[in-house]
This record gives sequence, structure tokens and C-alpha cells, in this order.
Amino acid sequence: MSFPWAKQYQPTSAVGKWMDERLPLPRFIFGALGPGYPTPKNLNAFYNFGVLAGVALVIQIITGVVLAMHFAADTRVAFDSVEHIMRDVNGGWMIRYMHAVGASFFFGVVYIHIFRGLYYGSYKPPREMIWMLGLVIFLLMMATAFMGYVLVWGQMSFWGAQVITGLFSAFPVVGTHIQTLLLGGYSPDNATLNRFFSLHYLLPFVIFGVIVLHVWALHIPGSNNPTGLDVKTEADTVPFHPYYTAKDFVGLGIYLIVFSAFVFFMPNSLGEPDNYIPANPLSTPAHIVPEWYFWPFYAILRAFTTDFLGVPAKLWGVLAMFASILLLFLLPWLDQSPVRSNNYRPVSRILFWVFVAVGLLLGVCGGKPAEEPWVRLSQILTAYYFAHFLIILPIVSKLEKTKPLPGSISEAVLAKYGKGGAAPVAQPAE
Amino acid sequence: MIRLGALAVGLLFVINVLWGAIAPREDAAPDMAKQLHKHPKHVEWTHNGPGNLGIFGTFDRGQLQRGFQVYKEVCSACHSINRVAFRNLADLGFSEAQIKAIAAEYEVAAIDANGEPTTRKATPADKFPLVYANEAAARAAQNGANPPDLSLMTKARPDGTNYVYSLLTGYSDDVPKGWTKPDTSYYNPYFHSINIAMPPPLSADGQVTYSDGTPATVDQYAKDVAVFLTWTAEPKLENRKETGVAAILFLIIMTGLGYLSYRKVWADIKKPA
Ligand code: HEC
Ligand code: HEM
Repeated sequence: MSFPWAKQYQPTSAVGKWMDERLPLPRFIFGALGPGYPTPKNLNAFYNFGVLAGVALVIQIITGVVLAMHFAADTRVAFDSVEHIMRDVNGGWMIRYMHAVGASFFFGVVYIHIFRGLYYGSYKPPREMIWMLGLVIFLLMMATAFMGYVLVWGQMSFWGAQVITGLFSAFPVVGTHIQTLLLGGYSPDNATLNRFFSLHYLLPFVIFGVIVLHVWALHIPGSNNPTGLDVKTEADTVPFHPYYTAKDFVGLGIYLIVFSAFVFFMPNSLGEPDNYIPANPLSTPAHIVPEWYFWPFYAILRAFTTDFLGVPAKLWGVLAMFASILLLFLLPWLDQSPVRSNNYRPVSRILFWVFVAVGLLLGVCGGKPAEEPWVRLSQILTAYYFAHFLIILPIVSKLEKTKPLPGSISEAVLAKYGKGGAAPVAQPAE
Repeated sequence: MIRLGALAVGLLFVINVLWGAIAPREDAAPDMAKQLHKHPKHVEWTHNGPGNLGIFGTFDRGQLQRGFQVYKEVCSACHSINRVAFRNLADLGFSEAQIKAIAAEYEVAAIDANGEPTTRKATPADKFPLVYANEAAARAAQNGANPPDLSLMTKARPDGTNYVYSLLTGYSDDVPKGWTKPDTSYYNPYFHSINIAMPPPLSADGQVTYSDGTPATVDQYAKDVAVFLTWTAEPKLENRKETGVAAILFLIIMTGLGYLSYRKVWADIKKPA
């Protein structure tokens, strides 16, 4: 694991030595996040988001455990218990707003983290496993957030549960059985609320476990970097501590400032007002929408409006929605370029930004009612989404003429900070 | 193999969804309610602070008390605020004795010494009671409509405080041509379906008598009760903002110190030219 020049852990105190021989936990931390992890020295601010995602998870777990002390998973009182937390529990409003806003921020951070990986080719060999474990975390987060949102038992909770579990009923033969199994009945009810609470409590810890694997897999090749080049010599790296601990601390501070601005000054701006209406199975909201972080996928789901090859439109939508995420698992094999970073891939780089725009616009469409022009726009964007990964990228990455790469990470850094900032003579690729 | 399979799946989805995009569709029937519907009017509220930014600003205690008065004298005939306890009125600046007196004006369900259901006078620990025992009773009394509990109203509608103010001042007798309105409804373009079953609750200046010299106008009543309902929905609003200002000041200092140490740690690597 890691590079030959990695600093070795040397316990200095007697207690440290005693511990090291029995349970080398300090040695493990030293190697994972301490001076023993040599890290490329050119990481930019986008590399802060991995640590931030970890912090966001910890915030969710701590606030969530406290909420669970006062929350009552019973359809008759769940909504009231959340309002009790907001009104009567000391500091309860803060805990609940941190948890609700925290979920949004967790997704925001993870989306940036994923796009960072897309831009710098972090999914490419030898980091495929890190990428795929990340996608597993993303899927688990989606399940967790969906079930957490149902716990409030407001109008959007109830109808969201109805619509999302209803998707499974699109599958022939087994579909309705799956829906019944998920809900524990034919429509969202007490059994639904209780199983969602149980799983909502469980999954974050599963996520925690997968994060351990994700970081373990990361420490084998080490971090990627904006040049996408492999680390060659010690000069390319700095020890994680104190260099990146100092940098991540600044990133964390900025994150917490923005997070606090939302928690304390506009805590409901990211949520749907309808969820402050207690769930009512007899009254369907005019406009059922999930939270913003699901909007792009919701747009893809609703983009399929015609039956095709004998398969009903609804099933196509559901298949496309799942496929839109699952296809990311294949990305390491779809992108054939020998160069990782889009800094040196002129065509892919443009395609990347087009894809960012398409993703954002899909998000806008997903938040709108299913009306024109939004439906037609989502259809065109959805077509691009699939074409981007499954058709364009495999071809472009094969044909594209990449720009010359710097000789090493150090050289790239020198070009930026070296004497006079003059660029070194660029070495051709390979 | 993977790439060929991907290409096939990709083409399948792309052709399918593009086919959907070009397939002719019927134009949605023009929705007149949507055209008539208006967004809430914009008001500067003291609890939103300078620039209506929502960072500073506190409730005006006098306004909260007036809003409570409007609620009590007008809205409470039909609407409950069942998530608010009488003791919470201390936030509005009422004394303990005043709160006891207000609570005593309400009756709440109780069980007498023989175990029979009865009622008793409310105490500060009680919540404001429901107006109707259940939804059916409410609908029976209100031409089939159900007056919702108002405790969370300003958070349950987009732009809630402005919405409540606009709704209360938005009634109009000029029903546009082509719009059908049942006799039991009233025309109000701020309501999502335009026809609202609530009769205009604030109809005349002087309807409520203010003792603090504030002009007793419909517009003022609407503003005051909108602010009162903002408090019922978010009673910890002031506390939240104060905590926020302190938290952010702390974080700015912490981040600033962190930045200085970051500069120091990285000085040997990022030597400026
Ligand atoms: C005569 C009974 C009555 C009185 C008095 C009354 N309301 Fe209503 N209110 C209703 C009814 C009935 C509805 C339901 C309307 C509907 O669904 O069409 C309603 C609905 C509302 C709504 C919800 C609108 C929405 O978006 O769903 C608000 C807000 C409201 N009232 C505020 C007030 C306020 C504030 C007052 C006091 C100034 C008040 N009401 C007085 C009967 C009343
Ligand atoms: C991956 C981490 C987590 C995510 C993304 C997440 C997400 C959410 C979301 C979106 C809500 C609805 C918030 C609202 O609108 O009020 C929620 C509610 C809730 N969560 Fe979590 N959560 C996470 C972890 C946890 C954990 C570890 C617990 C504790 C056991 C927990 C307990 C609760 C409870 C009790 C509620 C209902 C109360 C409320 O709505 O405020 N959560 N969660």
C-alpha cells in the first residue's frame, strides 16, 4: 500500500508502543489520514469534497440519532412528533434543520465530488473499484434520503412514497408484489413508516462501511490529481498531514459557513412547503415532486411518454431511470482514452461541460410539472444523457487527439508556482 | 463487447425517447385558473430585517399582539391553531396572569370524577383547542369546506407570510368573464384554485378595535395576522437567527485562522515567483 517513501509510524511514548503492539489503530490512522499517506501536491479545491462528504455523513448520523430520541414512528403521531421537536425540544429546531438541510448539502457535496471524478478521469484504471464503491454509496444515499423524507409523514412524504414505490409496479408479473413488499401493504401506512424508520436508521451505517472500503481502495493507487498523471517520485507528493489536513480544515470552515447560512437563515428554502401539511391519503397534492437532488432522475423517468417495442412507456421510464445511474458503473470501460484528466482532452472537455449543462437542465425539468415545454425538453436532454455515455464518449475517447502532458506532477506545479511562472517545455504524451 | 452492448442500449433509449419527443401530442387545454392565478404581493416585514434578507430582524411585539387579537376575534371562529400552547404566548410579551386569563376563555376536553367526558377551563399548559371535533363536523358547518389549522400555514405555502397577507386582501367582486364561480365560493386570485370557500374574513375597517393607536384598517389587520401566523409556524425564528449570526461569526474567525495556518504549512511548496 502507498509509496515506498511514505513516512512510517514511530510510537514515541510507552503507551503508544503498548497500544501499537496490541491494536495498531494509531498506526492505521497515521497511514490513512496522517503523515503516512503521501498525496499529490497539486490537488485543487475540488479535492476537498471527499472529506466534506464524510463530514456531511457524520453530521447526518449525529443529528439523526438525536432526532430518533424524540421521533415517533406511528402514522398517527409522526408529524406531531416532528413538530414537537421543532417547538418543545431544547435546540430541537436546530437539530432538525441541520438534518434536513444536511441531507441536501450531503447530496450537493457528493454531486461535486462525482463531477470532479468525471472531469479528472478518477474512474479510470487503476481506480475503477473506488469509482464503483462511490456509486454504491450514492445509491444507498438515495434510498436513505428517500426513506428519511417519508418519516416526516407530511403530504409530500406520503405521496412521494406512493409514487416511488409505485414505480416498481411497472415491472410485469413481480411488480405489484415488489411494491406491496416495500410498503408492507397496498398503500403507505404504519407498516411503511416503521420499516422505513428501521432502514433509515440502518443504511447510514452501511454507507459508513462502504466508505471505509472506498477509502481503503483509494489508498492502494493513492489519490488522482488534476494532471491525471501517476505519482512518480517523492517530489510529486506531500504528506497528507499537515498539508491536506490544513487545507481540508479551510474547506470545512467555508462549507460550514455556507451550511450555517442555510440552516439558520433559510432552512426551508430547499424543501417543499407541502410537507408542512400532515399526510392525507384522500387528498392528492396538485404537483408531486421529490427533493431537488432527485430532480434529474425524475425528469428521465417522466421523459418516456410513448409505448415502444411493445413495452409500456411507464416501464421504459423506470428502466431508463435505473439505467441512468447503473451505466456509470461501466464508465471505466466506456472511456477508452489513455489520458485521464480533461485538462489534456480538448474534445472530452467540451463534452464534459455540455454534460454538466444537460444534467442541470434535467434538474430544472424534473422540478417542473409534467407539461410542455418541460416534457419535450426533458426528452431531448434525456436522449443526450444516454448518448453522452453510451455512444459519444466511447467513440470520442478513441479518436481524440490529446494535448501534450507535463513530464510529472512536480513539473506541472513548477509551471504554476516556479520561477516567473514560466511554463516548462511540454513533453509529448507517452 | 461492453462497448457494443452499450451502443445498442444507448441507441435503444435514444431512439425511444426522441421518438417520444417528436410524436405529436395534443395541446393541453388552456387552464384558466392558471392564467388568473397571482403570485403573492411583496411586503417588507420587520422579522426579515434590513433588505428583507432574513438575516437580522425580530418580530414587532405590538404587531404580534395585534395579530393575535385579529386571530382571536375573527379567524378563531373557524380556524384552530392547535400546535400552539397558551404558555407560548409569553413570546408575544404577555404576562403570566394575562396568559392564564386568555386560557380561561377556552374550554378543553376533560374527564370528570365519575369518569364521564366533560370540559374544563384551559390552563397555560394546554394547546389552543380545535374549533370542530373532526373534519366531518367542520365540513358540515362550512358548506362542505374544511378550514385548515393555521399553526403551520405560513410554512405550508410558498412565500407563506406574503401569501396569507395577499389572500386576506385579495378578494374581488369582479369575476372575469368566462370564469365560473359557485355561489358558495368567493373570487380570490391568490388562492390556488381561484374560488375559495372562505368568506372574506376581514371586510371592513374598524372591524377589530386596536388599543395601541395603530390604524384599524383591513390592510393592517391582514399584515398583523400574517405576522402572528409566521410566529405560530416558526416560534423559534428569532432564536434561530441570533444563533446563526453567532455561529457564522465564530466560523469566519475559525476559518480565517485555519487559512493562516494553511498558508504557513504550504509556504515551502507554493513559493510565489
Ligand atoms: C367563516 C369561517 C372562516 C373564518 C372566520 C376565517 N376562515 Fe379562513 N378558511 C375558511 C375555510 C372554509 C377555508 C377553506 C377554503 C377552501 O378550501 O376553499 C379557509 C381557508 C383559509 C386559509 C387557507 C388557504 C389555502 O391556501 O388553502 C387561510 C390561510 C385562511 N383561511 C386564513 C384565515 C385567516 C387569517 C382568518 C382570520 C382573519 C380566517 N381565515 C378566517 C373559513 C374561515
Ligand atoms: C445518509 C445519511 C442520512 C440522510 C441522507 C438522511 C436524510 C433524511 C431526510 C431527507 C429526512 C427528512 C428531513 C425533513 O424534511 O425533516 C430525514 C429525517 C429523519 N432522519 Fe435522517 N438521514 C440520514 C441519517 C440518519 C440517521 C443516522 C438517523 C438516526 C438514527 C436519522 C434519523 C432521522 C429521523 C428520526 C428523521 C425524521 C425527523 C425529521 O424529519 O426531522 N437519519 N433524514
